[in-house]
Amino acid sequence: MPIITYREALRSAMDEEMARDENVILLGEEVGQYDGAYKVSQGLLDKYGPKRVIDTPITEEGFTGVGIGAAMAGLRPIVEWMTFNFSIMALDQVINNAAKMRYMSGGQFKVPIVFRGPNGPAEYLAAQHSQALQTLFVHIPGLKVVAPATPYDAKGLLKSAIRDDNPVVFLEGELMYAWQGEVPEEEYLIPIGKADIKREGSDVTIITYSKPLRVVEQAAQELEKQGIQAEIVDLRSLRPLDEETIYNSVKKTNRCVIVDESWPMVSVASHVGWMVSRYCFDYLDAPVELVTSEDVPMPYNHKLELAAQPSVEKVINGVKKVLYI
Amino acid sequence: MAEQILMIALSPTMETGTISKWEKKEGDRVESGEVLCQVETDKAVMDYESIQEGVLLKILVNEGEQASIGTPIAIIGEEGEDITELLSSIKRDVVSEKSPEVYPKEDVQPSDIRKEVVSDRISVPKIDRIMASPLARRLAEQRGIDLAVIKGSGPRGRIIKRDIVSYIEATPSTASFEVISPGEKDQIIPVSPKRAIIAQRLAESKFSAPHYYLRLKVRTDDFMKARKALNQTLESRVSVNAFLIKFVAETIKRHPIINSTWQKDTILRHGSIDIGLAVAQDDGLITPVVRDCGNKGIIEIEKELKELISKALENKLTPEEYSGATFTISNLGSFGIEEFTAIINPPASAILAVGKMEPQPVVTNGNSIEIQTLMTLTLSCDHRVIDGAVGAAFLKDLKDIIENPIKALY
Repeated sequence: MPIITYREALRSAMDEEMARDENVILLGEEVGQYDGAYKVSQGLLDKYGPKRVIDTPITEEGFTGVGIGAAMAGLRPIVEWMTFNFSIMALDQVINNAAKMRYMSGGQFKVPIVFRGPNGPAEYLAAQHSQALQTLFVHIPGLKVVAPATPYDAKGLLKSAIRDDNPVVFLEGELMYAWQGEVPEEEYLIPIGKADIKREGSDVTIITYSKPLRVVEQAAQELEKQGIQAEIVDLRSLRPLDEETIYNSVKKTNRCVIVDESWPMVSVASHVGWMVSRYCFDYLDAPVELVTSEDVPMPYNHKLELAAQPSVEKVINGVKKVLYI
Repeated sequence: MAEQILMIALSPTMETGTISKWEKKEGDRVESGEVLCQVETDKAVMDYESIQEGVLLKILVNEGEQASIGTPIAIIGEEGEDITELLSSIKRDVVSEKSPEVYPKEDVQPSDIRKEVVSDRISVPKIDRIMASPLARRLAEQRGIDLAVIKGSGPRGRIIKRDIVSYIEATPSTASFEVISPGEKDQIIPVSPKRAIIAQRLAESKFSAPHYYLRLKVRTDDFMKARKALNQTLESRVSVNAFLIKFVAETIKRHPIINSTWQKDTILRHGSIDIGLAVAQDDGLITPVVRDCGNKGIIEIEKELKELISKALENKLTPEEYSGATFTISNLGSFGIEEFTAIINPPASAILAVGKMEPQPVVTNGNSIEIQTLMTLTLSCDHRVIDGAVGAAFLKDLKDIIENPIKALY
C-alpha cells in the first residue's frame, strides 16, 4: 500500500470528490494560485480552474458566508480556513447560518459544506495562533465535527464530509500535514461517527483524537515496556461520538484516561469523561483522568509552549494514576 | 413538644441494636410501657418498652437497620406537630447493615440509592461508608463478598479491583474467578450480632484464660435410680441437667474457689452460685443462668431451668437471665458425644463438659467384670484461679456425689 502524507491524503480526497461531482468547489485564502498556505490544494486550480478553486480576500466571515449561501443554492463547497484561529471571525456564519438553516427552514434548505483547515498549536506561534478550538464547534447542535489523525482516516473522512448533506467542521493540524501513513489506491470512505481502536490493550483505555494520537502511541509503547497494555481509542469523529466503542473499551479495561490538546474546561475530554463516568460507572476501578493542555493562553517561550501541552510523560502519569501505581 | 426516642442499652454488652420489628407505626399512639419495637441485641431479641408517651411521629431507623446506644431511632410528640426543625438537628448515627441487602439487586442503579438517602431529608446520615470503586463493589457483589472484610489499597483506603482479586486468591474457599468447583456455589453468610459476640467472647476466653482439662468417668447407676425414684413421685420429670446443676452447686460449696472470677489484681469469689447451662439455638448458643443454686432445691432448679430453656429457644431471654454465670455446664450427651472439652464461659473460671451415659464393662475390685453405666466429665479450668489439685479435688467430690446422690444432702 502506498505511503503518503496527511497533506496528500487530503488533496487526494478533494481531487477525487471534485472529479466525481462538479458541484464540489474549494474556496479560501490562497487556495488557488499559491497552492494553499500549507500546500494542501496544490495543483487543484490547474486541474479544475478558477470557477471551482477560488481565491478569496482576507475576509473569513465573508467567504464563509458565501460558501454557506452556495451550499444552500445547491453546490457542495469546501471552505478552507488558513487556520482555525481565523475561524473565530466566521463563527456567526457557522453557528447561526450553517448550523441552523436546515432546522429553521423545516428541511427546505440543506447546507452541504465542509469547513476545513489546521486547528491546534503548532510551534512558535504564540497565544493567538496556537489554539485548539474544537470545543466551540462541537458545542453546536447542527454541526458535525471530525478530527482524523492519520492520512488514511483523513482521506476517508474528508470524502464522507464532502458527500454529507450537513455542515461538517474538519479539523486538521499544521504539524500533522507531513505525517505519513498507508493509504490504499482504491477508493474508500470512512463513515462519520465511527471511532477506531488504534491499539488493543487490556489494562487501560486511552481516548484521544487528532494530533495527540502520536503522543499517546509513544506513551503506550513506553507503558508496554513496563508491562502495561494500553488500548487506544481514536475518536476520529467528535460529533457525533461513537459511544459504543468508548464504552466497550472502558468496560473491558475498567480504566479511562482521555487525552485532548484543547483546554480542560467544558471540552471534548470533560464531556467524554462525564459520559464514561455515567455509562460505565459500575465498570470503573478509578476515576476518569483527563490529560489536556494547561488552562492558560499558549506561551511563546518554546519550553513553556511544550510544557503547556499533553506530553508522553503526562499521559504515562495519567495512566499510572488510574492504575494506582 | 416532640422529642427523640433513643436507642438504649438492652443488654450489658450491647453497643448497637438492630431493629428487628417495629410494633408501632408512624401515627400510632404510644403509651408508656407499651412495646415500641423489637431490638436484636448481641444476644437476644428484646422488646423495647417506651418510657415516653405520645404519637409516634417519625421512624428514623427502619427494620433491619442498626443504631448505636444513645442515637435517636424515632420521634414522638403530639399529633400533627411540626418536627422539621428537630429532624434537621438530628445527626443520625445509623450503621447500615453490611450485608448484601445494601444493594438488594444487581440492577439497582446507584442513582436510586442516592435518591433514597436524599429524600429522607434527615441531614446526611453518618453512614459508616466503605470506600470502594464501582467496579470493586460490583465484583464483590457478584461473588458475595462482604466489602467490610477487605482492606482497600487505593487512596484513602479505597477498595479497588486488585483488592478483591487478591482477597479471592487468598481465600480459596470463596468462589474464585476461574475455578469451577463441582459442588454447589459457596455462600458468604453475614455475621449476626449474636455470632459476633459468641466469637469475640469465646476467643477472648480461650486466648486469655490458660485452660487445662481434668477428665474422669462417673458411674451413674445410682444417680439414675435416684432420679427415677424422685420422678415417680412428681407430676413432671426432673431433668438430668437439673440434677447436675444441683450436684455441682453442692460440690462448689465445698470448693468455693471454683466459683470465682479472675480480675487481674484480685480474684472475685462469688457469694451466689449461679450456674449457666449451654443451650443450642438455631443461630448460636446461649447460657441461661439459674441463680443461687446453692440455696435451691432440685425441684425449684428444674422449674426455673425449664422456663429459661423455653425462653432461650424463643430468643426471649433478658440479659439478667443469660449473663454472669459463675460456673457453666455443657451437656452434649444427648448427641451421643462420649466426651469433649469446653471453652470457659467468662466470668466463670470453670466449665463442665458432660458426655453421654452408656453401659460399659468395668473391672471391679474383686477382679471380675461388671456392666456399669458410665459418663465422662471433663472440667476445663482457668489456671489463673484454679490450680490443678484444686480442680481435681472438686471433680473427685463431684464424682462422689453423683455416684452417691445421698451425699448431696450432707
